[in-house]
Amino acid sequence: MAYVVPRKKMSFAERLYLPAIGRGMMLTIKHFVKTPFSGGVTVRYPEKRRPIADGYRGLHHLEARMTGDERCVACEMCSTVCPAGAIRIVAEEVSDPSIEKRPQSYEVDLLRCIFCGMCVEACPREALTMTKRYELADTKREKLVARKERLAGPVESKD
Amino acid sequence: MKLDSNTIQTLITLGIVAAKIGVVLFVIMTFVAYYTFAERKFSGWMQDRVGPNRCGPFGLLQPLADGVKFFMKEDVIPGHVDKVLYVLAPALSLVPALITFAVVPFGSSIVIAGRNISLQIADLNIGVLYILAISSLGVYGIVMAGWSSNNKYSLMGSMRSTAQMISYELSLGLSIIGVLMVFETLRLNQIVMHQGGYIMGVIPRWGVVVQPLGFLIFLIASFAETNRLPFDLPEGEAEIVAGYHVEYGSMKFSLFMIAEYANMVTSAAVITCLFFGGWQIPWVNLSGLPQWAVALVHVGAFSVKLMFFAFIYIWVRWTLPRFRYDQLMRLGWKVLLPLSILNILATGIFYMIKYTAVH
Repeated sequence: MAYVVPRKKMSFAERLYLPAIGRGMMLTIKHFVKTPFSGGVTVRYPEKRRPIADGYRGLHHLEARMTGDERCVACEMCSTVCPAGAIRIVAEEVSDPSIEKRPQSYEVDLLRCIFCGMCVEACPREALTMTKRYELADTKREKLVARKERLAGPVESKD
Repeated sequence: MKLDSNTIQTLITLGIVAAKIGVVLFVIMTFVAYYTFAERKFSGWMQDRVGPNRCGPFGLLQPLADGVKFFMKEDVIPGHVDKVLYVLAPALSLVPALITFAVVPFGSSIVIAGRNISLQIADLNIGVLYILAISSLGVYGIVMAGWSSNNKYSLMGSMRSTAQMISYELSLGLSIIGVLMVFETLRLNQIVMHQGGYIMGVIPRWGVVVQPLGFLIFLIASFAETNRLPFDLPEGEAEIVAGYHVEYGSMKFSLFMIAEYANMVTSAAVITCLFFGGWQIPWVNLSGLPQWAVALVHVGAFSVKLMFFAFIYIWVRWTLPRFRYDQLMRLGWKVLLPLSILNILATGIFYMIKYTAVH
């Protein structure tokens, strides 16, 4: 159905633009006067940080069993599903027949990782989780390949 | 050349002028540097955020950091530009902005060692005409920048800016004529001194009171002259890929920035002198103070008014959206030009009636 949009012609005060400009400038000046005292909405990084929601996909973490060994059985489902091909696993044998394999080396190339979390979803042993660590910047490319020792360590001391 | 008293007097006069030029240049350049910082800080406050606050306490050393950055950057001259014009353009933008300040009185006068030194570099008897002429020269820097850059966007940006500037120069000049008719002189010092009287005993006889429409037109036209929002289509960052200074880097780009802010400072200074009483302070009797204190108060008053108008430039920038180019030209030619001519007409009729009624 055709709906005619009402288009009123502007009154003289509206065409003058000056009253509207004046109201706009009052609004700006209100913010100008308030912000030095309220500090603005800026989060003063690095002194303060924004609160991170649960479920945030940050740096990976390799979980451990109760005995202290890693849960990962080097099934390579995570590296298969990874869209960026960031995970590289080299498996080795384990003598216990109920845990056939374990990773000799488990590397997540953080420069390729897109932090999508598909690896976490794919893992059948709940061995892989993602923490809330997002401050991962570094100065060399080699240091940005996270190996098993870094990923399996305690969560607080990461990075 | 004999070193007699005549030559000594000439040398002393020259020395005083050189000292005034030195002081004014130093003050303007420092003010421009902190004006850029104030722009970032105040625009942050208007947008509910803080501006730069990392370099020094409250970010006050930020202009220093910017200056060091611009000096240390590699100064690239692209291969496809017209080298002479390319290098000349930023300087040609900055110089008119600075030399306009030669006729602006920033204080009354001080007495040093028995000499009466007026706080104005050159008291030209055609002061206002000089300002209009020099501001027309500012267009050339932009034309050269756009043309020499050999780049479609630069050329379009600079052509738009040129058309905008020459269109608004008309209203700029015509709105000043009303002020000249009221104060009957072109010398800026005289105009400032004539604004000392009072109308009806209470209202100071400032330019804005006797010529409100002229003030409004001049203010709008000076926003357009300095390529400042809402008229900054030629250099709009998002619109035309930074327009005429897209091919410039490091020191030359910073010269364009300095030129823009220096133009704003000069426009603010001219507005205070013509419309807001310059260095005058109304309703305050300063006769009890020594001469140097009076001069200091006058310079302080001028500075405060200058900073207020500089703040108005920042304030309006973060309030209004940008004009489209056809809206801009329409405003300049179909609104401001007729209004300024009407202003002259009305002023003329008013003063003709006033003078024929008196006699």
